[in-house]
Amino acid sequence: MVVSERRLSIPNNPITGIVLAIPAYFFGVWLGTLFGNTDDQNTGVILGYLFATVAFLAGVGFLNYPLERLFGWRVTPITDPAENRGIGRYFRLSLDHKVIGLQYLVTILLMLLLGGIGAMLIRTSLLVPDASITPPGNYIPLIGLHSVMMIFITSAVIVGPFGNYLVPLMIGARRMAFPRLEALSFWVVPPAAVILAAATFWGGFPTGWTGYPPLSEQALQGMDSYIVGFALIAVALVTSAVNMLATIIGLRAPGMTWTRLPIFVWGIFTTSILGLLAAPVLAAALIMLAMDRSLNTSFFLASNGGSNYLWENLFWFFGHPEVYIFILPAFGIIMEIVPHFARKPLWGYRTGVVGLFGVALLSWFVWQHHLFVSGIAPVLRPFYMLSTELISIPTGIIFLVTLGTLWRARVWFTVPMLFCLGFLFNFLIGGISGVYLSDVPTDVTLHGSYFSMAHFHYTIMGGEIFALMAAAYYWLPKMTGKMLSPTIGRVHFWTMFIAFNSTFFPLFIVGLLNMPRRVSSYDPALVGLNRWVTVSAYVLFGSMVLFAGNLIYSWFFVSRPALANPWHARSLEWQVPTPVPARNFERVPVIVAGPYDYGIPNSRPVADLGGMVGVTGGG
Amino acid sequence: MGAFRIEEADRPHMLRLLIIWVILSFVGIVAVLQINYPPYDQTIQGQDQASTLKLLTVLATPVFVGVVMMILYSAVYFRRTTAELVDGPPMLGNTPVQIAWVAISAILVLFLAVVGIATLSSENVAQAVGHPGRAIGQSGGQTGSGTAGGSGAELHIQVIAQQWYFTYRYADYGGVETTHLNLPVDRPVELHVTSLDIIHSFWAYQLGVKADANPGVDNIFHVTPQKTGGFQVRCAELCGLWHGHMADSSGQVVSQSDFDTWIAQQQTDFETIAKAVPSYAPYYFPLPLTKGS
Repeated sequence: MVVSERRLSIPNNPITGIVLAIPAYFFGVWLGTLFGNTDDQNTGVILGYLFATVAFLAGVGFLNYPLERLFGWRVTPITDPAENRGIGRYFRLSLDHKVIGLQYLVTILLMLLLGGIGAMLIRTSLLVPDASITPPGNYIPLIGLHSVMMIFITSAVIVGPFGNYLVPLMIGARRMAFPRLEALSFWVVPPAAVILAAATFWGGFPTGWTGYPPLSEQALQGMDSYIVGFALIAVALVTSAVNMLATIIGLRAPGMTWTRLPIFVWGIFTTSILGLLAAPVLAAALIMLAMDRSLNTSFFLASNGGSNYLWENLFWFFGHPEVYIFILPAFGIIMEIVPHFARKPLWGYRTGVVGLFGVALLSWFVWQHHLFVSGIAPVLRPFYMLSTELISIPTGIIFLVTLGTLWRARVWFTVPMLFCLGFLFNFLIGGISGVYLSDVPTDVTLHGSYFSMAHFHYTIMGGEIFALMAAAYYWLPKMTGKMLSPTIGRVHFWTMFIAFNSTFFPLFIVGLLNMPRRVSSYDPALVGLNRWVTVSAYVLFGSMVLFAGNLIYSWFFVSRPALANPWHARSLEWQVPTPVPARNFERVPVIVAGPYDYGIPNSRPVADLGGMVGVTGGG
Repeated sequence: MGAFRIEEADRPHMLRLLIIWVILSFVGIVAVLQINYPPYDQTIQGQDQASTLKLLTVLATPVFVGVVMMILYSAVYFRRTTAELVDGPPMLGNTPVQIAWVAISAILVLFLAVVGIATLSSENVAQAVGHPGRAIGQSGGQTGSGTAGGSGAELHIQVIAQQWYFTYRYADYGGVETTHLNLPVDRPVELHVTSLDIIHSFWAYQLGVKADANPGVDNIFHVTPQKTGGFQVRCAELCGLWHGHMADSSGQVVSQSDFDTWIAQQQTDFETIAKAVPSYAPYYFPLPLTKGS
């Protein structure tokens, strides 16, 4: 076969991407004015965002490979991580799962900073009960931006950085199954964040993250940011999920049987099943909403024969599995980290896996608990009440496995361990308050109040973000090659734990006392509690700044590299040298034992790595 | 799977935990029983919600105490005391304990579900349920002019939400439209909640009522006030710019005779504008939505 020597000659990097994206955006807007409605610019704005995203991805280099294959040009060799080792690799398209993991980490943490600043503005506004600090015209777009930004972040904050970096290392693989898809799942995130933030130029969107029509059809062009940004996140979820499933099923090293799989990988596996099946439903609903807004269809408009219940069902059919997409990898992290510091095998490994699958399965049968007061057929309500309450059984299993692992252990109290215990406490409150919301009679009074807001912040921030912090303190020594300071870490944990509970626990009471979500003016009787919460929220933000400082300080200003296995852990990812070699393992490792066999007499090291250097054994 | 057997090493821990758990749970339950749970007792439905809230809190207390105690106990007693890293006992799991844990949580959950379903199907709450699109009740009429049902007959009131206020139409009083909600005490009320533009949610906190207002839908909710007094009304579903201001505290539960006086006055006031107001209907066909305006 004759291979042409012709190649695409533009330099592929994000700058090229941005340079291409700007004219592409205006081209899309112009195209929209040609055949879109004359009375609005929705068609143009939606097309503009889509064209800009495609142009950005082309500039980054995603079109090279398909074009090269299509026209028979020579394929640009970016598949081999060994040839691409400079610092610049972090700023370009890379197919190395370790580079993608760190790209994800930094991007998501920057987004988290934006979302956190949004939260601080919201709390500042609520210092006074009469919207005099932030008028509703700013407040409503602000909560929309905060909510959707945080949903973007929490969908990806564990699977993105830690899933991509660690899953191949944990299962003994040299790469992910589909490296290009993996890169795509990262590179759509920055455009999604920029498009979402661009809503500000159109006055934001007024719907919060739920995007209920007809309000979302009445909204200005800011709503188009919500549609395109969220659709890109759906793309990220699906591409990442299919890749994780294929990798975990197909690329496990010899001897890595399903029962030797680290439980964190099981967490990623179950969350990927949910992402693969739920995100397309979101994408479909968003396309229908985009058509309603730009092509004058009326899927969701009662005035023309549609129904807003269609959106509510589609959205929550995605939306409830989505919250388990957040928490399943967090469960995985907790059950993964606790055995290594308890120095005991994971107690009831198989039961824990069953718990993860139980949560994943039940999550498909609960979505209408968001609609108890919406006017759904009353006969449906007992079923959704029961199915929602049943989820506490597999969730209870996660607690049982963790507490069983701690039983009579020799707990080494490191910072990751502190965050694991903090997770258990917070998620316990989050879970119990969830039962209140699942019960129809109490939901009538609690629905849409600050009680439900406090509930999901307890599960997502108190749960997932605490697990994220545990993961950061535990795995960053492998990923960045530097230990985070344990002293700052302890101060960080205690300020974050106390400030978190001091911020969100009073909000349960605020909700019980008649304060609805998403309002900039509230009952003046609640001003005392709200001010307390705001001050606590500032301290909470301060604790996150402390973490950022710890991260930056240790990463860039500490010269002493971390040990290859500072925690003396048995599991496979700690048996490779730090920094991790370009191809992870010199030879494909042969797994001969489970990752948690602590204290078992004559237990073997977890794998035969073929005489690699720099290995410190765990058990 | 062996017989359920407590190992020698576990005994002191288990005994200690059991004693602390019983004491703290008891103290906790006594404490949470002292709380006056919202939405208090202005209506029968609100009282049901408050008692369910109390039941859930009583049941949650021992669960919360037990798990928190386990976390703290592990942190205190299962802490490594040696300078050297040592492995703990290799316990891989205990099937009877796992079965017991799942069984206990299943019993708790099923108990809650049975209680919840029983509350839903009980006399008072059975009808506190939305029936989208259902026609107005038989005793409600679009033409009934001032034919007030006797005290005790169900009162039909339509709640109409729009950006950004609620209005109310009394079906049994010729569809008279008012700007605030007055209810007679001790008389069952059938609320028909609908919207003219987008989704709102009618939340009368003290009444224990929350029902979404959807355009083109008649969402029905039943409530029986049992105490006179004021109540607050506000929107509980994000409905745009002035969502936070879609609230008022002018709702009143009054005696039947006060209610009769009030509604007669309202009917007199309404006559002057009645011709301009559309006749009473289960829901109103919303105007085509103007987008991006």
